Amino acid sequence: MKIDLTVNGRAVAEEVEPRTLLVEFLREQLRLTGTHVGCDTSQCGACVVMIDGKSVKSCTMLAVMADGCDVTTIEGLASGAELHPMQQAFMDNHGLQCGFCTPGMVMSGLDIVNRHGNEPDDATVRRELSGNICRCTGYQNIVKAIRAGARAMGE
Amino acid sequence: MYEFSYHRPASVAEAAELIANAADGKLVAGGQTLLPTMKHRLASPSDVIDLGGIAELSGIVVNGNIVTIGAMTTHAEVAASSEVREAIPALAALADNIGDPAVRNRGTLGGSIANNDPAADYPAAVIALGGTVRTNRREIAGEDFFTGMFETALEEDEIIVAVDFPRPEAASYMKFENPASRYAIVGVFVARTAAKPRAAVTGATACAHRAFRIEESLQAGFGSSALDGFEAPVDKMNSDIHASAEYRAHLVKIMAQRAVAACA
Repeated sequence: MKIDLTVNGRAVAEEVEPRTLLVEFLREQLRLTGTHVGCDTSQCGACVVMIDGKSVKSCTMLAVMADGCDVTTIEGLASGAELHPMQQAFMDNHGLQCGFCTPGMVMSGLDIVNRHGNEPDDATVRRELSGNICRCTGYQNIVKAIRAGARAMGE
Repeated sequence: MYEFSYHRPASVAEAAELIANAADGKLVAGGQTLLPTMKHRLASPSDVIDLGGIAELSGIVVNGNIVTIGAMTTHAEVAASSEVREAIPALAALADNIGDPAVRNRGTLGGSIANNDPAADYPAAVIALGGTVRTNRREIAGEDFFTGMFETALEEDEIIVAVDFPRPEAASYMKFENPASRYAIVGVFVARTAAKPRAAVTGATACAHRAFRIEESLQAGFGSSALDGFEAPVDKMNSDIHASAEYRAHLVKIMAQRAVAACA
């Protein structure tokens, strides 16, 4: 099936099998490997991307379902060499250890800012991260990073 | 995942025709349960009919004392809806605590009740609030809709269009959730209505059901102490690695008491 969508601001027209998951399409067909597959069972959140401005687990959506949508992946955040404020905040606050969950954490962080503004408290961030799992148990700094990133985005 | 043909109809009538003509068709709403099931090869439909392109299935309308929520309305939309928050805050709160934020952006009311997971949240609300499930063929009373584990009153190829929720005087849903999946180990929805108290329990048995004995206890007085003498039947409770039947029976009482207290 042919799908037409926008990925990171770029118009994309591709042929996909109906059973292709969105994450497979992004990683294997578009070679955007920043979006990770952790659990493949919609638990871990490493595959979170934005579809029309809303966070979605791309392992639990078919690529054909994204036909006509505007998709943003982790690759779509930085402008050239300049990191997005949320990415910079993860760097500044050591919001990662192995980094595997980070793309999903950053995307969920942006979703938190969209819905809760630039000053989310610790409890809000922790609750909102219920669908993102970090196996290095680095939540302390992830929460710090998201709060700092949220603030930076408001400046 | 096995191969299938994908369809994206623009109307309920078109979806009904597609599912009727499919060898072994499946309707997909948000796909938050069906897609994982297909990935595990526990389901292998010949045709997947995506309801996501049908505008008439989405949206929230308040008409007098009835809140009508389209089947394809997402949990996130219900949770954020100022109409639902004003008319039935317990329903908005329930939707806001299903799964996680990304799941709530895809998962839908219609998908949840059609699937009828024994630990799903929405069925308890549909039953306790005295909701009515509207399909492309008929109306089904909420309490008659959920017939068994993953079983509903839906006929072959019947499509849920919307659910009507009457506005209660007060209502609350309390769930003791599995910390990993956030499904209800036990959830109790209670509603104080002009006619009588209503209650439904999810997670405890094969599927969500109306809790007549809780309702009877609350008839005498809508307060948590009215349930002091209540005991849920242990022999009807689910028992698994997450909670024993005895523990679930205990939780039914505690969640019911907390829900009633929250209505005050």
